[in-house]
Amino acid sequence: MDENVKIKVENLYKIFGPTPKKAFPLIEKGKDRTEILEKTGNVVAVRGVSFEIKKKETFVIMGLSGSGKSTLIRCLNRLIDSTSGQIYIDGKSIIDMEREELREARRYMMSMVFQHFGLLPHRTVVNNVEFGLEIGGMEKEERNKKALDAIELVGLKGYENSMPDELSGGMQQRVGLARALANDPEILLMDEAFSALDPLIRNQMQDELLELQAKMHKTIVFITHDLDEALKLGDRILILGPDGTSRQLGTPEEILSEPADEYVAKFVEKVDKTKVITVSSIMRKAPVVSIPKDGPGAASRTMEKNGISSIFVVDTDRYLKGLARIDDTVKLHKKKERDLEPILVRDIYTAYEDTPIYDLLATAMSTKYPIAVIDKEYRYKGIVDRAAIINEVSEDTDETESPMNFSEMEEGISNKDSDK
Amino acid sequence: MDSVTLHKIFDIGGVFEAIIDWLTENLSVVFDIIADVIDALLTGFFNVLMFPHAFIMIALFAALAWWIAKKGVGIFTLVGFFLIYAMNLWEATMETLALVITSVFIAILIAIPIGIWASKKDTVEAIVRPILDFMQTLPAFVYLIPAVLFFRLGAVPGVVATLIFSMPPAVRLTNLGIRQVPKEIKEASQSFGATNRQMLLKAEIPVAIPTIMAGVNQTIMLALSMVVIAGMIGAGGLGNEVLKGITQLKIDLGFESGIAIVILAIFLDRVTQALGVASQKQAE
Repeated sequence: MDENVKIKVENLYKIFGPTPKKAFPLIEKGKDRTEILEKTGNVVAVRGVSFEIKKKETFVIMGLSGSGKSTLIRCLNRLIDSTSGQIYIDGKSIIDMEREELREARRYMMSMVFQHFGLLPHRTVVNNVEFGLEIGGMEKEERNKKALDAIELVGLKGYENSMPDELSGGMQQRVGLARALANDPEILLMDEAFSALDPLIRNQMQDELLELQAKMHKTIVFITHDLDEALKLGDRILILGPDGTSRQLGTPEEILSEPADEYVAKFVEKVDKTKVITVSSIMRKAPVVSIPKDGPGAASRTMEKNGISSIFVVDTDRYLKGLARIDDTVKLHKKKERDLEPILVRDIYTAYEDTPIYDLLATAMSTKYPIAVIDKEYRYKGIVDRAAIINEVSEDTDETESPMNFSEMEEGISNKDSDK
Repeated sequence: MDSVTLHKIFDIGGVFEAIIDWLTENLSVVFDIIADVIDALLTGFFNVLMFPHAFIMIALFAALAWWIAKKGVGIFTLVGFFLIYAMNLWEATMETLALVITSVFIAILIAIPIGIWASKKDTVEAIVRPILDFMQTLPAFVYLIPAVLFFRLGAVPGVVATLIFSMPPAVRLTNLGIRQVPKEIKEASQSFGATNRQMLLKAEIPVAIPTIMAGVNQTIMLALSMVVIAGMIGAGGLGNEVLKGITQLKIDLGFESGIAIVILAIFLDRVTQALGVASQKQAE
């Protein structure tokens, strides 16, 4: 086997239901999922998937709900036992492992991060992070030290003794990540790890994962339904079809430029509109004051009239000069000063009308002022406020996840069994 | 065929009688041992409750209620328990409390493992559920008959009848609580290589504790109601006083012991509920 391969999956099938074996003849005949379900009462979740994951690569498995991606990642650590096929890690079959051996592998070789974090609500952050080490039987003192290191690594220092419910979603997922990193596994399994987070936080977590990975060099298997996330994080991406088959495996570049079939092509078409949509569509006109004509009095009156706390300042040719804040302006006015110039905030962000909204995300998070839109000559055109950006981005991601996922389907089926 | 003749064929009562006769004849040694254990527990708890002066106990109960529940419950306990003492029902109340503690102690010891087992195995749940339904719907008085046959009269059969009667909610809610642990939490502990035992002790039970505590609270309340009924077979305590009130038409005694029962019930309910809430807060 290739030295460079960490995980090798061969012709993997997972069929949920009372009689999985009965589905195979129909699969061979090429029947689709619905037909197989009707005829045999079994659901084909993963359908003959094969791939190799290289050492230290970030491998993204992408598919919509029902594509079997969550089932697939659970087969890798055998939270779900596959129906047929093989999975090798470092050339050793996971499928053939005995209980004890599998536990060892789970404890020291691979860790998992969950979509809804899967934290223990009764434990503090540090005790949650320690969990895996505790399970492995490590001494209290040693595991505490390792847990604190992992907490620092994910930027949660100072929250060691908080309870999970006191933290925001993004922070809770950092705890999940720290827990997974605490035992320094070679493989990190991330099941829609950022999907439950709001878009801005998600973006930030993605950046941090990239940074962490640059330092850690783990083999990461990342599941997502979001193509943008896949393109951003993945060294290589495996796209699963709605029927549980694999459709294309390639680098982001390959997938974007040479989609293997219509299904993939349709996906690529829809690549995040925030990358396509520009500032001009969410820009609005806002009042400005122009110097030297207007002084602090006029500026504060305009702000009060419009109910805003800051205003952009231009000169007579509408060149952007800076931004005046209401508190500074009022102070200046009380001192009976005439000139706005000394209090202008120059540390402001600008954008052109054709800047993609996506590029403003990071800025929108870090600035407290609106972003000024200017033309190439530095002339003031309008403003974009943070709310508009966030609005646009969240509109784009709202409808991506439908409630059905495969683990739930599995539950539905086993419930049906017990009803019989 | 009339119903009388039919009854001779479908002699269900006779079957139960035969079973119980057989049990009493052949397993009397076992029942004696059980009786000794229960008796020892009961005497132990009662002696502890009666060892300090009543005023010290009242203060302790009030402090406990204040600490676990709220100030208001503490004050209620102080006043209420003093009233019990003033009605000259202190000893009877402590007897009842000892009966409740003993029954609930044994009931929980049996119920929680069964509940856990049922949560893990669907077949166990399928078997246990109808038994629990049966146990809960059978009129409470019926339990007194076999209890008396096995253990004669007195406090021990009272405890046995009570623990059987009060066990179902603890089984049910333990089962429910563990089944309701979010799937991702179970998956998370599995994915870190937890054994089944580790998953149970470190993840499932702690997360399920608030629900389990709600079951324990219900068990305690049922036990209290049954312990009073068990007064009919000489279990002693407040049940005895109520019975005296009924049989001797002593209205005053009947009312007073009724009030004592209510006070004890409120105390037990508020304190165990507060325990549940506290564990929930911790668990959230």
